[in-house]
Amino acid sequence: MPQMTDERVRAGLMREEDLSLLHEVSMKTAGVSRLEMCIQCGTCGGSCPAAADMDHTPRMLFAMLRAGMREEVLRSNTPWICVSCYHCVVRCPQEVHIADVMYTLKSMAIRAKLYQDSTAPHFSQTFVGMVETFGRGFELGLASRHYLRYFPLRLPGMAPMGFGMITKGRMPLAPRKIKHMTQLKAILKRAKHLELTS
Amino acid sequence: MNKYLLYPGCSLESSAKAYAESLNAILEPLDIQLEEIEDWNCCGATEYLGINLIPAYSLIARNLALAVKQMDGAHTLVAPCSACYLNLAKADHYMQERPALGTKVNEALAAGGLEYKPGTLDVRHLLDVLIYDVGLDAIKKKVTRPLSGLKVAPYMGCMLPRPDYKHRWSDHEHPTELEDLLRVLGADVIDYPLTTSCCGGHMTQIGPETAFELICRLVAGADERGAHLMATVCPMCQLNLDAYQGEMNGYFGTDYHMPILFFTQLMGLAFGKDPDELGIGTELVSSRQALMHIGVEVPAAPEPTARRKKEEGLPMPSRLLRNGHKHEKEAVR
Ligand code: SF4
Ligand code: SF4
Repeated sequence: MPQMTDERVRAGLMREEDLSLLHEVSMKTAGVSRLEMCIQCGTCGGSCPAAADMDHTPRMLFAMLRAGMREEVLRSNTPWICVSCYHCVVRCPQEVHIADVMYTLKSMAIRAKLYQDSTAPHFSQTFVGMVETFGRGFELGLASRHYLRYFPLRLPGMAPMGFGMITKGRMPLAPRKIKHMTQLKAILKRAKHLELTS
Repeated sequence: MNKYLLYPGCSLESSAKAYAESLNAILEPLDIQLEEIEDWNCCGATEYLGINLIPAYSLIARNLALAVKQMDGAHTLVAPCSACYLNLAKADHYMQERPALGTKVNEALAAGGLEYKPGTLDVRHLLDVLIYDVGLDAIKKKVTRPLSGLKVAPYMGCMLPRPDYKHRWSDHEHPTELEDLLRVLGADVIDYPLTTSCCGGHMTQIGPETAFELICRLVAGADERGAHLMATVCPMCQLNLDAYQGEMNGYFGTDYHMPILFFTQLMGLAFGKDPDELGIGTELVSSRQALMHIGVEVPAAPEPTARRKKEEGLPMPSRLLRNGHKHEKEAVR
């Protein structure tokens, strides 16, 4: 195996830094990912309600990780299609933290600017932007920003829903803000620094 | 009186205020006290975790740290939202499983003068506390208006029974807790094998086709089995199944009308409370007809969409509103 990967590096099929992709993903995942333990049984893909829309099943994606296919992995839509339903997680015989690995891959794809699907990262980033500004979620701000940018054609179909939500008092027009925003900002600033330096 | 700390989560202030109202209405009969964490912040839902690891966990952990300050004998932190519950439980769990993460999160918290020692709090979902602390017997004693004749599909969703770090539920895929509770309320609980299937999570926002498939499967499954309504335990499930049901119908050309109520609303009804104390009527797919089966009269809400002008939707440039007549009819429902 090591010899084979060496050969692949020499043949230009694999880069030096890809050798440790599996390890890198595992290290960046919260908790103990157990990614190395995957036995390629396919239970995850077979349990996944969203598999039909994924470029790769989780099983396939993990094989690609092991093969060091960094770019292909980070371009895959799979982590973005994952709905975090944890079906695969409770069924995986090796107890791989599959859903958490998907979160790691999303953050790596954003950082490497390799994500292929552009709406999901925008949604996550807009959401996080709201939280970092107000400390609380703001559905209306999020919805209008995200839909205007990516789903303008969906808006007419959604307008009655948005209107219903507003008239029934389920969608406040202004965000709520927490009191100690400076405290939260200080925490997040330190956290981001730690993220980059670790 | 049993005191618990409460992490309400953003939805309970907005899209799921019916959940908050109905929860408030049943606290007194059940003799529990919930003390809200002061100045709690958003848990990041399923979004922050996919961007940055340490900031995401620090965001969650700030709430845990604030809760500890208010413990004063109580050590259970209750979350009514399944997504918030999982995030809070996950942070507590992984900070223990991976001490390096715990150390870094605490370094970040220190910048705000806070700290959290993992394991200090017991993070639990509201349904768990009602079933395992209050107990089905005590709940049964408070029932004055049994829900007999009301056919209910018990919908637990994914993030409550899974991954279940602390092994609290009877099963990961077919847990019986919600149906046990509904039965105690007198409801006619239908057999609903989809009880822990996914509602689509954030896919309603980013990949609607995927979400519509999942929503349709759940709603059709309940409808085929004769349910009058579905009971949910999570604001995200409620929002997806209720608010997007019209758009889903438009997408598939179907005509489902499945009301989605929070289990606390059904508890309130069974305890004899008035529908308007329980936020009933704020659902977009009206439960009015369904509740007639238990003799509950919900005043007919003036149908807001009936005289709707197109411009009344989300604030948006009117140019975007032009070519959507196709979906409009279905989505009004
Ligand atoms: S279920 Fe687990 S062991 Fe099987 S392929 Fe998926 S991740 Fe690997
Ligand atoms: S957690 Fe993600 S990958 Fe696993 S079954 Fe659910 S959607 Fe599929």
